[in-house]
Amino acid sequence: MKKPKEIYLDYSATTPVREEVLKEALPYFSEKFGNPSSFHSRGLEAKNAIESARKRIAKILNCEAEEIIFCGSGTESINLAIKGIAFRELAKGKRGHFITQKTEHEAVLKTMDWLKRIGFEITYLNVDENGLIDLGELTRSIKEDTLLVSIMYANNEVGTIQPIKEIAEICHKKNTLLHTDACQASEYLDLNVKKLGADLMTLNGSKVYSFKGTGLLYKRKEIEIEALIHGGGQESGARSGTENVPGIVALAKALEIAEWEKKKEAKRITALRDYFIKRVEKEIPKAKLNGHRTKRLPNNVNFSFEGIEGESLILYMNEEGVRLSTGSACSSKSLDPSHVLTAMGIDHGTAHGSIRFSLGKETTKKELDFVIGKLKEKVEFLRRISPVWKKGKGVRKK
Amino acid sequence: MKVEGQDWFYSKTVKEHFMKPKNFLNDLKEVKGFNGYGKTGNMKCGDVMEMWIKVADGRIKGCKWRTFGCASAIASTSILSEMVTEKGGMKIEDALKITGKEIMERLGGLPAVKVHCSVLGDQALREAIKDYEKKQSNKKTKQNK
Repeated sequence: MKKPKEIYLDYSATTPVREEVLKEALPYFSEKFGNPSSFHSRGLEAKNAIESARKRIAKILNCEAEEIIFCGSGTESINLAIKGIAFRELAKGKRGHFITQKTEHEAVLKTMDWLKRIGFEITYLNVDENGLIDLGELTRSIKEDTLLVSIMYANNEVGTIQPIKEIAEICHKKNTLLHTDACQASEYLDLNVKKLGADLMTLNGSKVYSFKGTGLLYKRKEIEIEALIHGGGQESGARSGTENVPGIVALAKALEIAEWEKKKEAKRITALRDYFIKRVEKEIPKAKLNGHRTKRLPNNVNFSFEGIEGESLILYMNEEGVRLSTGSACSSKSLDPSHVLTAMGIDHGTAHGSIRFSLGKETTKKELDFVIGKLKEKVEFLRRISPVWKKGKGVRKK
Repeated sequence: MKVEGQDWFYSKTVKEHFMKPKNFLNDLKEVKGFNGYGKTGNMKCGDVMEMWIKVADGRIKGCKWRTFGCASAIASTSILSEMVTEKGGMKIEDALKITGKEIMERLGGLPAVKVHCSVLGDQALREAIKDYEKKQSNKKTKQNK
């Protein structure tokens, strides 16, 4: 097979900007450049662009336009949701209890860790071997002073989809609120907040073929939060700073396209995902699928290849033009492997050999066939030089 | 220290040794007649190394290895196997003095976070030499009996 130029299978890290999205946003850089807060025609033009984007997104989320707060990233949105509530309490001289779970994105976990340091109580729910939380444990963990439960819609590493609707019902029954990080879900899953029952929801641009450095928080209008960034009072005072007009326009366009294509694209990608999983399991011995088999993002595949280390594999694949990511410690800033895999009870050795393949709109069967071919070759080689691998037997435990 | 080859994640030398590792063990038959074996590291940390050496006339004439680890771990074992066997083989007393720092320098540097975990080759080598020396003294005791 002819070597392709590049096969990008890291769409969960970030997506390229769609041409249509860029086209719609471009005029707001140099031509319609006004500050939405200005009292003149240029300002009004920019303000209208933002408000129209807000309405378009509200339609997709099935909420009111005023319930959308634009901000600078998924991480910022998560911080705003969680700290926004915490700071509201702090301003009253109070603290309280938060619940999250162990496979959340660092944006949630580190925010919670910090709140813990300043005196809030945090519960980190366990997950099972597939990455799902136990609804019974959630129910038992909610207390009278539980301010917020934050559970991600779908996991960024292993793609496990949490039952958000049921989680929301439990939260509401026990009189607390639910925030969900929907960054990975936005391209393929239902974002209707009324159906989901989420009280707050985070989305960002870099995962939906829009700009990096853009995000939004949906917040039910009855909920009060304190701003993290104070200043000119933009976004109804929830997020000051001159708005990223092109970024906001782009985000609206990208979410609209995702919504139009959702059903069809989810079906196409799911079929590709399952084809890929089936072939890897059949053709590469001791390849362990991480995450849930069916409650899984359509575009996520995560395998651990026993006896090898993930960074080596992704660098060999990179030389073949294939872009992947790993949960191995070696590719992170710390020496610990992925907190997601360890929370799922996967041992360190297996976690070091985990590779994420995240598919996207340009992914084809032909690309996946090439990847499988190369994968077989590289895994075979790395196992050959691995002292922990025994041919025909797998990993030596001692 | 200047790190060369910033168009990649590691130095040019690391890349060369990672992409085309030297002296790795393909088949156990290759170490027939080798007289020293050492192993170090653990799966939990993500690095395990195995090393076989062939010592003759006090010099390392052959060195084979297997490594489970990241690119820098593979490259560091590969370059170490080259260091000890080049120029007719290194004297074992000199080989015992090789440090992780020397391996790293020869690799053209490593990112700080990698130094600790991936340069284990010198330890595996010392284990192999110890094993060789143990075998030799066992032989002598046997002969003396």
